[in-house]
Amino acid sequence: MTKILSIMFVMIFTENYVLVQFLGICPFLGVSKKFDSALGMSGAVIVVMSLASAATWLIYTYVMVPNGLEYLSTIIFILVIAALVQFVEIFLKRYMPPLYRALGVYLPLITTNCIVLAATLLNVEESYTFLESCVNGFAAGVGFGLALILFCGVRKAVENAKPPKCFEGLPITLVAAALTSLTFMSFTGMAEKLFGG
Amino acid sequence: MSGIMIAVTSLCAIAAVCGVVLVVASKYMSVPENEMFPAIRACLPGANCGACGYAGCDGYANALAEGTETRTNLCVPGASGAAAAVAAVMGVEAGEVIKRVAYVACNGDCENAKHKYEYAGINTCSAANSLFAGEWACPSSCMGYGDCEAACPSDAIHVVNGVAKVNFAKCTGCGICTKQCPKHIISLRRFAEDRVLVRCSNTQAGGVAGKACAVACIGCKKCEKTCQHDAIHVVDNLARIDYDKCVACGECVENCPKHVLVKL
Repeated sequence: MTKILSIMFVMIFTENYVLVQFLGICPFLGVSKKFDSALGMSGAVIVVMSLASAATWLIYTYVMVPNGLEYLSTIIFILVIAALVQFVEIFLKRYMPPLYRALGVYLPLITTNCIVLAATLLNVEESYTFLESCVNGFAAGVGFGLALILFCGVRKAVENAKPPKCFEGLPITLVAAALTSLTFMSFTGMAEKLFGG
Repeated sequence: MSGIMIAVTSLCAIAAVCGVVLVVASKYMSVPENEMFPAIRACLPGANCGACGYAGCDGYANALAEGTETRTNLCVPGASGAAAAVAAVMGVEAGEVIKRVAYVACNGDCENAKHKYEYAGINTCSAANSLFAGEWACPSSCMGYGDCEAACPSDAIHVVNGVAKVNFAKCTGCGICTKQCPKHIISLRRFAEDRVLVRCSNTQAGGVAGKACAVACIGCKKCEKTCQHDAIHVVDNLARIDYDKCVACGECVENCPKHVLVKL
């Protein structure tokens, strides 16, 4: 149980993929303009990462390890994640049209999101169990959502400000992102103290 | 079998399995798309302005294809051309597109309107409005920070000397600015029919309005008495025109002591 809690805390706060490890910056900057879309993207990422963690763990443990194909994990995981996202999209379109419309363009965008790949590769690297892998994927998704929604609020304040002309638009947004990421640096070392890891 | 062969074959095998799953899934879980949709969508200009009341051209085309919308003349940028093309695809009679434009019901520019205080905050109308309803003495005054200007997709509205002015030639009547204005003083009017306009939104009593702005409607009812067509009435201290009755004779415009009324 402590391990599960530790994974969740680490993935959401101390090792937050977006703000500490700087992965998935593209959707982080692209989808944080509006709160609604940030929420939609977060939901989609959480779902896809949980599913991808489960699927890749099964494939890794029961297909790749017995055949000695561990060195192919990156390319196989990319393949599996892309196929999985496509499948989820088809499934949602058929059985949950409201959710499909709510997620919209964000669902296919996740295919190219490096966070999903990072989470699945980390599962393998840390030799997590099936449950731990799923929790890791879920928590990484929640961490992404937290970063996205927090930054969405920061960005609204930035848009109302009047920075120097040369900083308008993306430059000031990047500065704001850097400052937001600094706040997450303050979680460093907390997990070791809390969970004795 | 050598290492590279194992790698290539196993990768191909996994890819093939994924491919088969996706093909099967798309076959058994496919959702039939309305075949009218692409044809209708092609007729619309793709400005995604939202003037039709739907979220972009796709939304309008979808509503038409699904049969939830029957009016083919809602597209303002596409005008009669788009309406006729959509009607032809759907096999119905095309209606006339009425050109609408935005107009700002305020004429209180920097010389005419009085300040309540000096505002030195964020340069947007909505921010200024949140501080005691803005710096102007008139509560319905154009703020002049150009929220409408920033929102306009066709570069048709600009703040000139503290008041937003619309370039009717460029305005497509999408109505985005009317939603942006925190004072709600921008509205859409029919371009050809509505010729006499009230350039004020102040509903305060005459004396108060007169002190706040030199060109405010003071509700003197001179226009109401002048009008021979019963088309203009002062309601809540503000002249309002009934465009069903107005013939744009312009008599009220000549008689307005504050030059609030204007004939185009």
